[in-house]
Amino acid sequence: MTALGALLVRDMRIALRVGGGALMGVLFFLVVAAMVPFALGPDLALLKRIGPAILWLAALLASLLALDRLFAADHEDGSLDLILMGRAPLELVVAIKGVAHWLTTGLPLVIAAPIVGLFLNLDALAEAALALTLLVGTPALTFIGLIGAAIAVTLRRGGLLLAVLVLPLTVPVLIFGVAAANAAVGGQVPFGTPFTVLCALTLASLVVGPFAAAAALRQEME
Amino acid sequence: MRLTASNLACRRGGRDVFADVSFSVGPGEALAIRGRNGAGKSSLLRMVVGLVRITGGRLALEGGDPELTIAEQAHYLGHQDAFKPSLLVRENLQFWTHFLGAEAAELSEPLAAVGLDTLADLPAAYLSAGQRRRLSIARLLAVERPIWLLDEPASTLDTAAQQSLAEFMAAHLGRGGVMLAATHGALGLPAARELWLGQAPSPLGGESCGEDGEVARERRRPHQALPPPPPAPPRKGVR
Repeated sequence: MTALGALLVRDMRIALRVGGGALMGVLFFLVVAAMVPFALGPDLALLKRIGPAILWLAALLASLLALDRLFAADHEDGSLDLILMGRAPLELVVAIKGVAHWLTTGLPLVIAAPIVGLFLNLDALAEAALALTLLVGTPALTFIGLIGAAIAVTLRRGGLLLAVLVLPLTVPVLIFGVAAANAAVGGQVPFGTPFTVLCALTLASLVVGPFAAAAALRQEME
Repeated sequence: MRLTASNLACRRGGRDVFADVSFSVGPGEALAIRGRNGAGKSSLLRMVVGLVRITGGRLALEGGDPELTIAEQAHYLGHQDAFKPSLLVRENLQFWTHFLGAEAAELSEPLAAVGLDTLADLPAAYLSAGQRRRLSIARLLAVERPIWLLDEPASTLDTAAQQSLAEFMAAHLGRGGVMLAATHGALGLPAARELWLGQAPSPLGGESCGEDGEVARERRRPHQALPPPPPAPPRKGVR
């Protein structure tokens, strides 16, 4: 097995074991979606209208939950020292850690979204559109979050700093994700317009995220 | 293979930790790095593997793989054990052997060598401090690297484990390996040379050789005295 493959397997195992972050994100997502109808009252039309926005917001916060431990845990137990010393390029290592995080945190959100959509009175088309936008958009949330996770690596309680740093950067993803989900169920713009922008944002974050995070890690570790 | 440092200087957090440290370690040689707490023993080891920026001086490796950096040819055993409590002992070791690029992952042999073969299927969270350290040592045995950099390798180990650690080190040196170890106690290697950071105790066994006697001294080697470090000027942008 190559170094990067081993890292992917290890990070996914840690996330799925006791104390890992995999279940936490999707549970948070479910709880938020279940609480919103109680807060708004039994207005089905309102729920249907703001449902995609609520779920996108919940997905955004859920994918941030486990992110602050992504590099900090490796830093605290000394793994990051050995990873930095390794032969694998740091940019690829960071990208692989992002992939592992998305597979254990982002992907379960995509799978849970249609179930959660029922709570918010979404019809089948809206649910499919929502799941598709989440599938395309959540990698961007993870890979933008990598930058914040790398900057906050040496801080004991970097979670809040991470949210403050990362949330503003995710605003475009949120706007176009919700816009695409809404466009699918009717609206002035066709679905393709915001959805293409969302795809572009994700592709850009896949490239920029690992390089920026690796640069931040190198700077922090000295 | 020869690891040579000339006039290395280290400055961390606006403080001069050490300066003018020179040493040269050849194949089959071990260098024990000694000094008081805060003298920069760990910083020196981390500098060799590139985890601390070199403030001054040079570090060179002759006879290694020219395609690889020093860090990529070295094992670093730090204070932290780099193991995940939720993973099994075997999975932890397996990850590092794969990540460090060992072709065949034969894990039972290194685990047996450090006496952890019966605990291979236990989560690492249940290991004691000494057992965690032994698992780190298994990493050095599982992946072949010509340079070993050990930071207090014998801390938390019991006498029997210290004995087998000394055997592993002797075997590594016997294969022509290079070793640097920061330690307060004895390494268990009679042939190891010593490098003192900061004040060395006087040869007569006294406490120290005076306030101004800052020396980086390598016994049985040409050594150099260095002036006391200048008072650190206030510096902006220090983390």
